[in-house]
Amino acid sequence: MRPNIHVKNKVAVVGAGLTLFRRRMLETPRELAWEAASMALESAGLTLKDIDCIVIGTAPDAFDGVHLNGEYLADGAGGVNKPTVRVYVGGGTGVFVPIAAWWHVASGLCRTVLAVAEEKMSPAHPHPQGVFAYIWDPVLERPLGPNLIWIFALEMRRYMHKCGAKKEDIALVSVKNKANALDHPAAQAAAKITVEDVLNSEVLVWPVNRLDISPVSDGAAALVLASENEARRITDSPVWVEGVGFTLDNTHWYNRELGYPRYVQYAARMAYKMAGIERPWREIDVAEPYDPFDYKELHHIEGLMLARPCEAPKLLKEGHFNRDGDLPTSPSGGLLGVGNPIAAAGVMKVAELFWQLRYEAGARQVKKPVHRGVAQAWGDLMQAGTVIVLGN
Amino acid sequence: MSGGAERRLPGHYLKSKEMYSLPGLVEYRPVARYLFSAGQAQSRFLDGLKEGKILGKRCPRCGRVYVPPRSYCEYCMAPTSEWVELPGTGEVHTAVVSYISTFRERMEKPEIVAVIKLDAPGYTKGGYEFAGLFHKLCNVEPEDVISGRAIGMRVKPRWRPPEERKGDVNDIECFEPVES
Repeated sequence: MRPNIHVKNKVAVVGAGLTLFRRRMLETPRELAWEAASMALESAGLTLKDIDCIVIGTAPDAFDGVHLNGEYLADGAGGVNKPTVRVYVGGGTGVFVPIAAWWHVASGLCRTVLAVAEEKMSPAHPHPQGVFAYIWDPVLERPLGPNLIWIFALEMRRYMHKCGAKKEDIALVSVKNKANALDHPAAQAAAKITVEDVLNSEVLVWPVNRLDISPVSDGAAALVLASENEARRITDSPVWVEGVGFTLDNTHWYNRELGYPRYVQYAARMAYKMAGIERPWREIDVAEPYDPFDYKELHHIEGLMLARPCEAPKLLKEGHFNRDGDLPTSPSGGLLGVGNPIAAAGVMKVAELFWQLRYEAGARQVKKPVHRGVAQAWGDLMQAGTVIVLGN
Repeated sequence: MSGGAERRLPGHYLKSKEMYSLPGLVEYRPVARYLFSAGQAQSRFLDGLKEGKILGKRCPRCGRVYVPPRSYCEYCMAPTSEWVELPGTGEVHTAVVSYISTFRERMEKPEIVAVIKLDAPGYTKGGYEFAGLFHKLCNVEPEDVISGRAIGMRVKPRWRPPEERKGDVNDIECFEPVES
């Protein structure tokens, strides 16, 4: 049952574009943004003069190494002298970009929005890991010399303990997603690997090995969103935004149960309510949960209520989440396979739903008929959940 | 574009060597220095550490106990007027074995890092949320983390000698098993 949600305009995604995702790219951040934005416009058959407003997304400025990164990217994203805004919720930014684009159109403020996300992690050298040192609380956390992988490992260990999941159960996510990515033209880390390869890769912070983690990437991705009237003029197959949800918990990540992402569940409930979805595990046909680490996909599948708490590892083993399974997850190849230019990776996930729901995903097209998909991103200090439901 | 499947996507990939020989490559190291104030609640908390005490703040409205302390309740927006001293003991919520430093260098001796769920008598909301700290573990072996023996283990703080305490989180050297 669809609740009576008052929006001025129904909103559709009508175009998408991507650059390659790679460890190091020649292009500047604004050139990457321009490449993805132009492709999204071209795929919708539009030019910049057809666009009313611009939404930009990029994660911490410290990666690109340019403060005011939204303003810096504005020209590449088509934002010069247009209403332009940059949104930010850490890793959750990628899905927050189309959410923000949605409210620009749903409110009646803009008829068309170009939504562009970019991330270039390679400027921070020799390794961008050091940049993460500045996200920690300066008084209580930095004196302990933390490493970003610590918190993921702590969360993964808690999930394993709470759910009785083994490392080999979780490694299957990496195997699945890297194999799915073999069919993705942007993919950086596509590979045919085995569970043993994951278990035998370098141990960084037990239980996290190198192949449990998505790579460091440069890249950009873009979408065009339009009001119903515009969308019907632009294309015969608009993909509707049926629901959006977002929540933020506090930064005190060590003051909560790490085995279950409550903030993701809250965001999902908000999006499902808007979409009139009551049983997401049956009503969602394809999902792109956020997978910067392999366990995170399982954690998020449960937060999105596509499986019961602790049930995801078992369903994964049974092939439920494979491309030909009952509920394919990360058919794109996800962050583990396609790559993780932070904000751009989330938009890539939404672009994948767009192509899946238009039956345009080529070799990546899931086997079952698709009517509705959900994409989700997560971010900051184990605290941000952003969720979008699309339908055809 | 059909999912980008048959189109070559834009962008030029650089190998590490190519990156370092790019014309016009600029290396820049930001110089930024900060002095962070710990604030009202945390300053008192850090003074407590110096005295060998773990202090929290209680919300008079909902009863939540905050460690680290907050000046206000996040749920009620009420001032957390009451200070409480916690016994310091707790259980390991989760723990891991780190082989890398903050800047991803390989470490010779791995460190055990944990989230400690602290005992907070009278805190009835405990469940999803809890009073807790992020710290290191001593007298716990990597094998205990891997086998799961360390998870749920009862621990207590190992304090540095009073004369070495400086009023920061490292006044607690680490948490260690209660029985040792």
